[in-house]
Amino acid sequence: MSSYEARFKVWRGDAQGGALEDFKVEVNDGEVVLDIIHRLQATQAPDLAVRWNCKAGKCGSCSAEINGRPRLMCMTRMSVFGRDETVTVTPLRAFPVVRDLVTDVGFNYRKAREIPSFVPPPGLGPGEYRMMQEDVDRPQEFRKCIECFLCQDTCHVVRDHEENKQVFAGPRFLMRVAELDMHPLDAAAESGLDRKRTAQDEHGLGYCNITKCCTEVCPEGIRITDNALIPLKERAVDRKYDPLVWLGSRIRRRPTAG
Amino acid sequence: MSVVDRQEWDVVVVGAGGAGLRAAVEARERGARTAVICKSLFGKAHTVMAEGGIAAAMGNANPHDNWQVHFRDTLRGGKFLNQWRMAELHAREAPDRVWELETWGALFDRTKDGRISQRNFGGHEYPRLAHVGDRTGLELIRTLQQKVVALQQEDAKETGDYESRLKVFQECTVTRVLKQGNRVSGVFAYERESGRFFVLEAPAVVIATGGIGKSFKVTSNSWEYTGDGHALALLAGAPLLNMEFVQFHPTGMVWPPSVKGILVTESVRGDGGVLRNSDGKRFMFDYIPDVFKEKYAQSEDEADRWYDDPDNNRRPPELLPRDEVARAINAEVKAGRGSPHGGVFLDVSTRMPAEVIRRRLPSMYHQFKELADVDITAEAMEVGPTCHYVMGGIAVDSDTAAARGVEGLYAAGEVAGGMHGSNRLGGNSLSDLLVFGRRAGLHAARYATETAERPTVDEAEVDSAAAEALRPFSAEGPAPGEEDGRPPENPYALHQELQQTMNDLVGIIRREPEMRQALQKLAELRVRARRAGVEGHRQFNPGWHLALDLRNMLLVSECVARAALERTESRGGHTREDFPAMDRAWRRINLLCRLTDPTGGLAATDPVRGQITLSRETTEPIRPDLLALFEKEELVKYLAEEELYE
Repeated sequence: MSSYEARFKVWRGDAQGGALEDFKVEVNDGEVVLDIIHRLQATQAPDLAVRWNCKAGKCGSCSAEINGRPRLMCMTRMSVFGRDETVTVTPLRAFPVVRDLVTDVGFNYRKAREIPSFVPPPGLGPGEYRMMQEDVDRPQEFRKCIECFLCQDTCHVVRDHEENKQVFAGPRFLMRVAELDMHPLDAAAESGLDRKRTAQDEHGLGYCNITKCCTEVCPEGIRITDNALIPLKERAVDRKYDPLVWLGSRIRRRPTAG
Repeated sequence: MSVVDRQEWDVVVVGAGGAGLRAAVEARERGARTAVICKSLFGKAHTVMAEGGIAAAMGNANPHDNWQVHFRDTLRGGKFLNQWRMAELHAREAPDRVWELETWGALFDRTKDGRISQRNFGGHEYPRLAHVGDRTGLELIRTLQQKVVALQQEDAKETGDYESRLKVFQECTVTRVLKQGNRVSGVFAYERESGRFFVLEAPAVVIATGGIGKSFKVTSNSWEYTGDGHALALLAGAPLLNMEFVQFHPTGMVWPPSVKGILVTESVRGDGGVLRNSDGKRFMFDYIPDVFKEKYAQSEDEADRWYDDPDNNRRPPELLPRDEVARAINAEVKAGRGSPHGGVFLDVSTRMPAEVIRRRLPSMYHQFKELADVDITAEAMEVGPTCHYVMGGIAVDSDTAAARGVEGLYAAGEVAGGMHGSNRLGGNSLSDLLVFGRRAGLHAARYATETAERPTVDEAEVDSAAAEALRPFSAEGPAPGEEDGRPPENPYALHQELQQTMNDLVGIIRREPEMRQALQKLAELRVRARRAGVEGHRQFNPGWHLALDLRNMLLVSECVARAALERTESRGGHTREDFPAMDRAWRRINLLCRLTDPTGGLAATDPVRGQITLSRETTEPIRPDLLALFEKEELVKYLAEEELYE
């Protein structure tokens, strides 16, 4: 086992402001950025605020920006950085800071409430649902989402445009609309709810210009743009012409990082 | 006197995992205004970590399955110590609870004819676990979370306010259940974000806070698992049941050190993975205990045939209940046949094609690739036991989930005791959350809405709760009666010492002198924990939060150590090196932990006396029609002579 001393810059502060603080801290074999943040708490900065839970990439709590890139701290191994490289950890930029690495992610919970829920099919009781695996495969991909909100953080529609937050649900919740729209037994249409139309008219699907930044940062590898957003746009297109769909089908997918 | 914000609710649910959310949904649907309080963000609860599935005898994969078979498996897994009425209700109601999730939008993996697919798991006679790949817990949490949102949308339509009847207070911690006389009157809590105190007044409180794993060093549990609910119940005067039974999951990651303890799902074995030692031997064949001899394969050939022809072959011993597998791994490592990093090998790479592994075990593939640089489709994993679950918990009434001894207090999920006896079967946790979460919500709502006179919150109790919560900030100064000038204790260091103590001295294999030593150490840590001091202020201060959680971990750890010392036999999640056999006389004995002095604060530090008093209780006989589900030859292995002929 080999250890070394790494240099870290961690943003510390609150809503009133703050700055990067320098730390020198021990790093051991196999550790991830979250381990180092915990070591700082235990040895140098006991009140350093950070959210985390499972430490296994399953809960989506420890989102932050590491060297400027939105990532889960628990899934970012120290071995991806050079030993002489300074690692900079900052809070998610798209959301207001509460303290240190903790941000107010209430935006996401508000948006979640604005998406109409699953509508159970009338006349089917519990235990009577029949769905084929090939029909649930597509929505199941979206249900892998751990709600880390990295896609919401990186999406340029809101990242530097606070004003768009009112009208734009963000990739995570547009994907939720797509998921329900692809649910084999969702009875929204029968109840008079057109999910495709609400995506366009109420949740700001038109703002998305499919740059695929959301897909690139998704720690679950969900192909948000290709499998959720573009199909939603394509379905919306017979109701409303969207030139980006046409354009999107002609832009080659960028290779995913990491 | 502190000025503390107060709100009135009918039911307060502490915890927003599977049990808490299911309770909240039920209580709200029964007309009770319901508040949920959770330490994390909404939707992040530890339930998301559950991988394998929800056990429910729907009979989709094998038509022979039914609730009686499930009940039987559950009792065998728990070595007949289960609160049998809970096990019965659980087995009967689990299918309805799973199907109900589909009506709320859950998308389980399917059988060929479009029903919910069910997979094999340790201790279950038939494929029984409804699942979504290896991320079933996430599906459960998300479905319940979205059901909560759906109810809030209904309420908003009617009242204009999403939170008029069902509100989630996220990132808040409850430090005390408040009482008027013997009745619950509400809870005292603080917002983690601001440090602000508040009181929720309510006649009924459901505790659904999960487990205690963070008292152990190697654990699959997240930071939230500090035994809060167990401690809240004790402090409110309710007893805990059988706290000596702690489940060490046989397969946690062992390397790299920073991820040691993270769970490797049992589905790996359910789907065909095998355990080997450093000699390449499938050692589990050497560890089939007598009580299970007839039910498990005796050769590798038979075990391998079972996957395709379960009716004519017996199951592989890798699928024994978790306690058996964990002890076996422990013994192999101790005998010098372990893997390089102190575990054993768990291999799927030679058992199925790479693309099948990636499809059936996507999270495991991802987890090993990302965290350990191991490609599980090409090489074996290294695994070893990790503290995973506590079978013991708040003593409850089987039907209503009401905690014993305190009116208006309910408990469901891992924090409640009894259901799983001495050892829980995989998959029985998620079904437990749903079955008893719903029951707790139902009965709490009924009690709250039928209560004619709401209890009032005592001002003095609120003041002392506030003072208790603020103490870590004034720890710099000398505490009364202590010498001047000593620096305060670091809560992180105390926590690490506690974890090491429990891991080393009250871990998977227990010995009397070590447990006595643990009680001494716990007494010392209790004294030092009173001086745990924190820097900074109350806004999102993790050092402060930990200092407060230490009280709970110390209380719960003492319960585990004391009960473990008392039970002089080995059974399920309690293994005594000095008493290695199961003793039929102990089957009827429950151990109850109570706070020794509920009025005198927590000052008691006498290592012998401690804070906890133990008592024994003889359990009710198992109902005859349930006993009749077993063969007599099997019962004689578990039941005392006099029980058999009663």
